[in-house]
Order: sequence, then structure tokens, then C-alpha cells
Amino acid sequence: MRAANFLRHRDSALALIVLALVVAIGLRAPVFVSPESLVGVLTDTSFLFMLTLAQMGVILTRGIDLSVAANLALVGMICALVSRAHPDLPIPAVIVMGIALGAVNGAVNGAMVAYIGIPPIVMTLGTLSVYRGAIFLISRGAWLTSKDMTPAFLAFPKASVLGVPILIVIAVLVSVGFWVLLGHTRLGRGLYAVGGNPVAARYCGIDLSAQQFFVHTLAGAISGLCGYLWVSRYGIAYTDIAQGYELTIIAACVIGGVSIAGGVGSVFGALLGALFLGVVVNALPVINVSPFWQTLISGAVILAAVVINARSEKRGGKLILHKARLLAGGGAST
Amino acid sequence: MSLSSPASAPRYEVADRPTLRLADILLRWETILVLLLIAVVVFNASISPYFLDFYNLSDATFNFSEKGILALAMAFLIIAGEIDLSIAAIIAVSSLAMGLAAQAGAPTPALIVIGLGVGTLCGAFNGALVTAFSVPSIVVTIGTMSLFRGVAQVVLGDQALTKYPASFQAIGQGYISTRVPIPISFVLFLILAALFGVVLHRTTFGRRLYAIGCNPTAALFSGVPVKRIRFWLFVLMGLMAGLAAVLLTGRIGSTRPNIALGFELEVITMVVLGGVSIAGGSGGIVGVAMAVFLLGLTTFGLSLINVPGIVISILNGALLIVSIAAPNLVGRVLRRKT
Repeated sequence: MRAANFLRHRDSALALIVLALVVAIGLRAPVFVSPESLVGVLTDTSFLFMLTLAQMGVILTRGIDLSVAANLALVGMICALVSRAHPDLPIPAVIVMGIALGAVNGAVNGAMVAYIGIPPIVMTLGTLSVYRGAIFLISRGAWLTSKDMTPAFLAFPKASVLGVPILIVIAVLVSVGFWVLLGHTRLGRGLYAVGGNPVAARYCGIDLSAQQFFVHTLAGAISGLCGYLWVSRYGIAYTDIAQGYELTIIAACVIGGVSIAGGVGSVFGALLGALFLGVVVNALPVINVSPFWQTLISGAVILAAVVINARSEKRGGKLILHKARLLAGGGAST
Repeated sequence: MSLSSPASAPRYEVADRPTLRLADILLRWETILVLLLIAVVVFNASISPYFLDFYNLSDATFNFSEKGILALAMAFLIIAGEIDLSIAAIIAVSSLAMGLAAQAGAPTPALIVIGLGVGTLCGAFNGALVTAFSVPSIVVTIGTMSLFRGVAQVVLGDQALTKYPASFQAIGQGYISTRVPIPISFVLFLILAALFGVVLHRTTFGRRLYAIGCNPTAALFSGVPVKRIRFWLFVLMGLMAGLAAVLLTGRIGSTRPNIALGFELEVITMVVLGGVSIAGGSGGIVGVAMAVFLLGLTTFGLSLINVPGIVISILNGALLIVSIAAPNLVGRVLRRKT
């Protein structure tokens, strides 16, 4: 029963599509399906896995966070600057600092959305510009390259635990954390309740403001974590890193079946959505397709996902209307 | 939309608009914008002696006229409860089509028709997807944004198209006459602003946008063709994106794959700052036009004193947040008192 729940219809279909995609690419370029190559794909996609889950939390409550990529870039830059100024700072301290700074940035969004009542899209659109600009101010527009970073700073994301790259390990931990949070805690179930029907959720005693504050702060914390990891993995920090990545993240959510209208989405689906984009991005150079195709393909995939989701959601809508009509008819006759 | 019989005096006095009070006027969004605008002009004039110069101000309008034109159509969409994130990508595709046509030797009028036509087609594509599948426009236009931008990237790669006839560039760079140095693009913006204002505030069509934005279901039951109007709003947005593409391509004289990148967020900022609720159903063209000036003049004034563009974007972001937060806070305090 648990297993059947976990692999719901839509998610398993998407899993098959991703599998078919990998097999199709493997037939054209067998090197793609070698274990090292597949591990590389997962490592590359680990940022997208974590950020997609973070974004899903916000979208479940009918919000959206456009500032995640800017937050990531800002925290990454601060980590790089702090590490340059204090080379002795242990890496765990840098990571904790990154998570904390990201959480603070996220909490700013959350507080304004939850307690001042600014629509999430407007608030995060504003902080998107503010955080991007802040990077320029604190770095004075300079680029920090691997020469400005300590070996320990750069080595962490390339480490591995029992042969598994640490980025994948972290992504798995975050995913398990989300799975427990969304499926097995009162707080997580409340997110679905708030997104599904805010009024009903309120009558059940669920605090919408607290939920909004929480998901934005959580999204910020994960962006902060990814900020350090991103800068240290690619060995570069400048104003425009991860520019536009927020839309890739939202795209992964949409492909993964997370409803922008709130209240619908699963951890497994979101991960598959991210994996799909990750496979496409990594496969293009392997099968000799110019990387310029990447944007076009992800656009086409998003639209296909939107259309397919719309079809599956339409049936439910019709049924409700049917029932309502029956009720109205019954009410009139008595 | 008056239904009263022509000859006899109306039996009822319908209170269809609130009575005018001074407090209401002072608390109106447009009033706040006017004050902000005055503050910006005074501030800019005090920091730079070159700000209050007719020729400088006139040239400054080049930088925000295209975005202003986009903001007008975007205001229509947002009032009706929709949004279009693909406008910058539509500009890219439209500019690409014009670039290819210009290389093939097409004359200026043909280029304009192609630019407007491609923009309109892209808008129709958005509109068809949104209405046919009843999906949120934010999702659809995130998809078409990647799709349209992707087309430009695939065709152009890392190249740029720069062969444009001089008469075409003159549209984006030129003035209405040599004696009156006002940019053509700015005059177009003013004319369109007046046109959009009249349509929104003085026609049935305009009233219907508010009805759809407030409650699409109620609007549908009131006989408003919700889907058809939604579709045409996206077409209109596409047409305006095509026009912006004509002006922008002519002004910078080239088509690059990253042309107009990030315009969508700036345009939405203008609309929201102009007092249009992102949830739909409220706002007006006067406010939007003033927000266009406000952001445009802020940018111009700060760039006069060599503030980098990215720092200006911090201020614009902060302005957006504060301008939405402040009335909410004031409203909350007022409500607590009563």
C-alpha cells in the first residue's frame, strides 16, 4: 500500500519517460549510460534536486519564490569573501554560515509575505533585484576565482562518502528530509491543506502566516546551502552566477507535476522533474546537439507537461461541477 | 453602460461611484506616485545640473519607452488576472525574424510588418494554450519564454544580426522632426497610453477586464466571453511585444540571442508599482504610466551620476517592495483603530 502510494500513477509515468529518455540516449551514445557518466549526471543535477524541493514547498502554499537563484548567488559570494578573508575558517562553519545567511534572506521574504501581506511573486521579484545588486555591492563587481579560494573550500564538493559524491549524498539527505516533512509531519501535511483550500485550512486551525514564513525560510536555507556548494564546486563567484536559474527550478516543479495553483505535488515527482531536465542538459553534448538547443527543449517539455497535467486535472474539475449541479437541482426540487 | 430610459428621470439614484472626499484623494495610489515622482525630479535635479535639460530628458525617454509600451498591455493582462512572462522572449523571436528578413534584403515597411506579425503570432500561441487548456498563464508563459528564447538561441547561436537598413534604424533612434527633438518611440508610448487608458476606463471591454480579474466565474455567468477576451489580451500583448521589438532592434541596430533579457520582470515591476494588483481586478493606466516615468527618471537620474545599473536595480526592487508594503501597513494600522 505504501509502495503503491509512493509510486502514484503520474509519477511512475514520468519515471518511465525519464528511463526511456536515458535508454534512447544510451542507444545513440553508449558512453552516456556508463556508471561514471550517470553518477556525473546525478551530481550535476543535485543542485536542481534540492532547489526544486525547496521551491515546491513554497508553491504548495500557493506562493512562488523568484529570489532563490539570487539568494544562492549572494550567499555563495559572501561565503567566498569570508573564506578569502579568514582562510582558517573550517568548512563546516562556512556551510553553517551559508545556510544561516540563506535562511535570513528567505525569512525576509517570508516575513513580508506572511505578516505584511505582500503577494509572494511581487515580494520575491523585488528581493531578486535587491539580492543580485547586493552581490555587486559587496564584491564591487569583481570576480572571485578558484585562486581566491582555499584548497579546503574547493575540495569539499568534490569529496565523496563511501564512493558516492558528497553532492549526491547531501541531495539525498535533503530529499529524505522533505519526504519526512511533507508526508509524515503535521507541519508538512498542513502545507497541502493550506494550498488545497486556505479557508478550510484556517477553520482547521492551521496558521497560514506561520506556514508561509516557514516555507520561505526553508527555501532560503536550502538556497544558502546550495550557494556555498555552487561557488566551491565551480570555483567561481560573480554577480551573475545562476542567473535565470529560478525559472529552471520552477520548470522542474511544473514538469514534476507540482501544481502552481498550490496543494498538489510530491517529493518523488519533483525529483523526477529535476532529473528530466538534468538528463536533457547533460545528454545534449553527448549526442552532439548544440547546447543552444537546451532552452528550446526545456520550453517544449514544460509546455508538454502543462498540457498533460491540464488534461488529468480537468476530469476532477468536471466531476465537482457535476456534483454541484446535482446538489443545486436537489435543492430546488425539495 | 447606462441602462436608464432616456426620457424620464431615473427612479433610483444608483450609487455607482463613491463620493469624493479629500482623504480618499490623498490616499489614492496616483497621489502617492505623483509625490514620489516630484521627489525623484527634485532629488535628481539637485544631484546633477544636467537632469533638468530638455534635450537630456528627451533622450532619456529612449530607455523606457519600449518598456512603457509593454507595461500598458501587461497592465491589461494583470488586471484581467493573467500574466505574461514571455514578452522578452517574444521580442527576441520577433527581432530574429526581422534580422533574417533584413539580411534577405527586405525593405523597412516589410520589416515592420514582419516584426509586428511575429509578435502577434507568439501572443496568439500563448493565448491559445492558456484558453484551450485552462492552465495558469504563469506556467504557460514560463514554458513559451524558454521556447521562444530557445528558437532565437538555436538560430543565432553566438552570432548577431546587424545588417539593418538605415530607414529601419531611424524608427527606433529617430525624432518626430529635427525641430522638435522628441523620440518617435516616446510619442508612440504617449499615444498608446492615451488609447489604452480610454479603452480600459471608458469602454465595456475595459470594464469586463476588471470583472474577469475580480471573479472570472461570476464574469462568465454575467455573459462576459472570458476565454475569448483572455485570448485577445495575449494577442494584444504579443503585438505590443512586436512593436517593442521593432523599436528596440532599430535603436540598438542588432539582434542578439539575449536581446531584451529580463525585460519581463522590469515591466511587471512597472505595472505593480503603478497600482495594479497582481491578483487582478484593480488598477489604472494613469498609475502605470506614472510608474513608467518614475522608474525611467530614477534610472536616468542615477545614471547621470554614474551609479551602476545593477545598483539602480536594487533601488527599483526596494521601491517595489516598500510601495506595496507601506499601504498594507497603513491599512492595517487604520483598521486596528476602528
